[in-house]
Amino acid sequence: MSKSYRDGLPISPENFVDQLMRLKRGSIGRRDFLGLTGLGIATAVMARELGIMPTPAFAAENLGDRMSIATWPNYHDPQTFENFKKDTGVAIEVNVFGSNEEMLAKLQAGASGWSLFVPTNYTISTYKKLGIIDPLDMAKLPNFDSSQEDPRFTSEGTIDGTTYAVPKNWGTTGFAVNTKKLAKPMTSWKEFWDVAMAEGDGRTMVHDYQLTTIGNALKYHGYSFNSLKQDELAKAEELLLKVKPHLFAVSSDYQPGMRAGDAWMTMCWTNDGAQLHRDIPEIAYVLGKEGGEIWTDFYAIPKDAPNKPAGYALLNYLMTPEVAVKEHLANGAPSTDARVNKLLPKEVLDNPILYPAADLLTPLEFGAAATLTDPGRAELMARFKSA
Amino acid sequence: MHGNRFRYNILTALLLAPATAWLVVFLVLPFVAIAVFSVGERAPEGGYQAAFTLAQYANLPARATAFWNTMMLAPVGALACLLVAYPVAYYLALKAPQRWRLILLALVVIPFWTSLLMRTYAWMYILGGRGIPALLAFVGIEDVRLINTPGAVLLGIVYGYLPLMILPIYVSLERLDRRLLEASADLGATPLSTFLGVTLKLSLPGVMTGFSLVMILLLGEYLIPTLLGGGKVFFIGNALVDLFLQSRNWPFGSAIAITLVAVSVVVLIAANRISTRVSGARRVDLI
Repeated sequence: MSKSYRDGLPISPENFVDQLMRLKRGSIGRRDFLGLTGLGIATAVMARELGIMPTPAFAAENLGDRMSIATWPNYHDPQTFENFKKDTGVAIEVNVFGSNEEMLAKLQAGASGWSLFVPTNYTISTYKKLGIIDPLDMAKLPNFDSSQEDPRFTSEGTIDGTTYAVPKNWGTTGFAVNTKKLAKPMTSWKEFWDVAMAEGDGRTMVHDYQLTTIGNALKYHGYSFNSLKQDELAKAEELLLKVKPHLFAVSSDYQPGMRAGDAWMTMCWTNDGAQLHRDIPEIAYVLGKEGGEIWTDFYAIPKDAPNKPAGYALLNYLMTPEVAVKEHLANGAPSTDARVNKLLPKEVLDNPILYPAADLLTPLEFGAAATLTDPGRAELMARFKSA
Repeated sequence: MHGNRFRYNILTALLLAPATAWLVVFLVLPFVAIAVFSVGERAPEGGYQAAFTLAQYANLPARATAFWNTMMLAPVGALACLLVAYPVAYYLALKAPQRWRLILLALVVIPFWTSLLMRTYAWMYILGGRGIPALLAFVGIEDVRLINTPGAVLLGIVYGYLPLMILPIYVSLERLDRRLLEASADLGATPLSTFLGVTLKLSLPGVMTGFSLVMILLLGEYLIPTLLGGGKVFFIGNALVDLFLQSRNWPFGSAIAITLVAVSVVVLIAANRISTRVSGARRVDLI
């Protein structure tokens, strides 16, 4: 009865029984009524001709009037959600989170209420293992084109050939420096830590996050960002304990401190680095030449999502290159999608914060799921913070 | 007679039922859940896995610094609150003109209508580089750093918990029999010894109530040290947040939470004892 892209596709058994039982109960939605009586086709055709309905898919499926998305701070163009609401009538509630672990805890506890969320690469295998996300029905995402994606950034969303998540954007973890206060040019994590104990004394911030803070301390000695080796972690701990008394703060909320001039140097993610540099040009973004972290944030749909049709509709909408371009301009992180890159202004593509040189990108590592959940690293972080 | 007593008991039980249900659902059950968690194991992906082990409790020394910092912060913070709160409560109860009293009391309480998080964020900006330090730089005092210092944390705590300290002291001073002050003066006591021997002594139950109230809340505090202290000092509250949300080690977090509750109860009993001894017969009934 639907008039969407799924027309002509065989109806799934679950779907069929679902529909049948619903009709037997005498429950019929407004859109179903239109579909069953044929009024819907007439309306949809009229609407499309008159330009009222943007795409036929929205006329066909019952999207409800609200859905909820879990995502990161300063991560979307608010206009995107406004436009989506205008097109579909679905109001979007945005839940902002501070860490992947918080998202995981909320989802694992059940009834999160989200129909879409934004996990980072290293958590997707865990979500799959715990069975709390759905494999994506790619037929519902015609605006996503995997042939236009760079697998270097997006492969972690696909496990054993099944796609569980599609990419939002990628980025790196480097550090931001106020060059008016710390004029000496820096290029490495070794310099970051050394300066933190010298010229940057009392003015340096590190993340309140074991993955990046321990990972980048490991880079001081040139070890892997994901190392779980006892002796290497011991060396990283030694460095962190030595730096601790010199720090301004242990916090992942570093924009206020940097903007106010209280902090002069901080560990920093691409999008924050781009935003800081855009507003305060003397703040530079540096990638350690030893390597460090590269990451991709994905979109995924929870298994217990209360409004999957709207979740898919919004995801499909966000995959439209014209929409994604505005998102990237607002949030400042680079895109994984070649179609989007074609639409971005030249100065964005030429911005080395967003699109670093290949020799800086090559040594970067994706955080591993094992690194994130390792109890040993968690305890190391606790010892660092309580020192 | 017998029947009456029976009916009376049923009525009592019915009247108490909502409160009992509330206590069971929101206090006893969560506490039991946490107690069960605390003897379990961390699941491989994080969270809780059924077991019976005391390993989590044996591991408590791994958070000894956090316990120590919390045990230092709670009394120091409560004392700082007390030093600021007492004069305010004294003025409100004994000196302020009657028609102003209600307005002044409202001014003490009104900040509580906004979330502590919001108000602490406001302090981040006031103490940060574009707040007071910018004003100081304007008059020539350069490079002052106020945010992320122990002083900032203490300021945040005094600001955040002040009303909880003022109100109980205000109540106990307000009930003070003014004739006792007159009698003390008539008998030749100086204002200072009247204050120490009569006013202060009779307000001690209020002081102890306020002190224990603030101290118990401070035992779980982590927001203010994180936002105004830069997260450099680690408290039990921080340890709990990390264990539940970051490393997802629920059993260890639960063991720490249970220990914290035990410590709080000990603190309360001690506060009760001290207050009973110092102020004579009047007890502070917090537990």
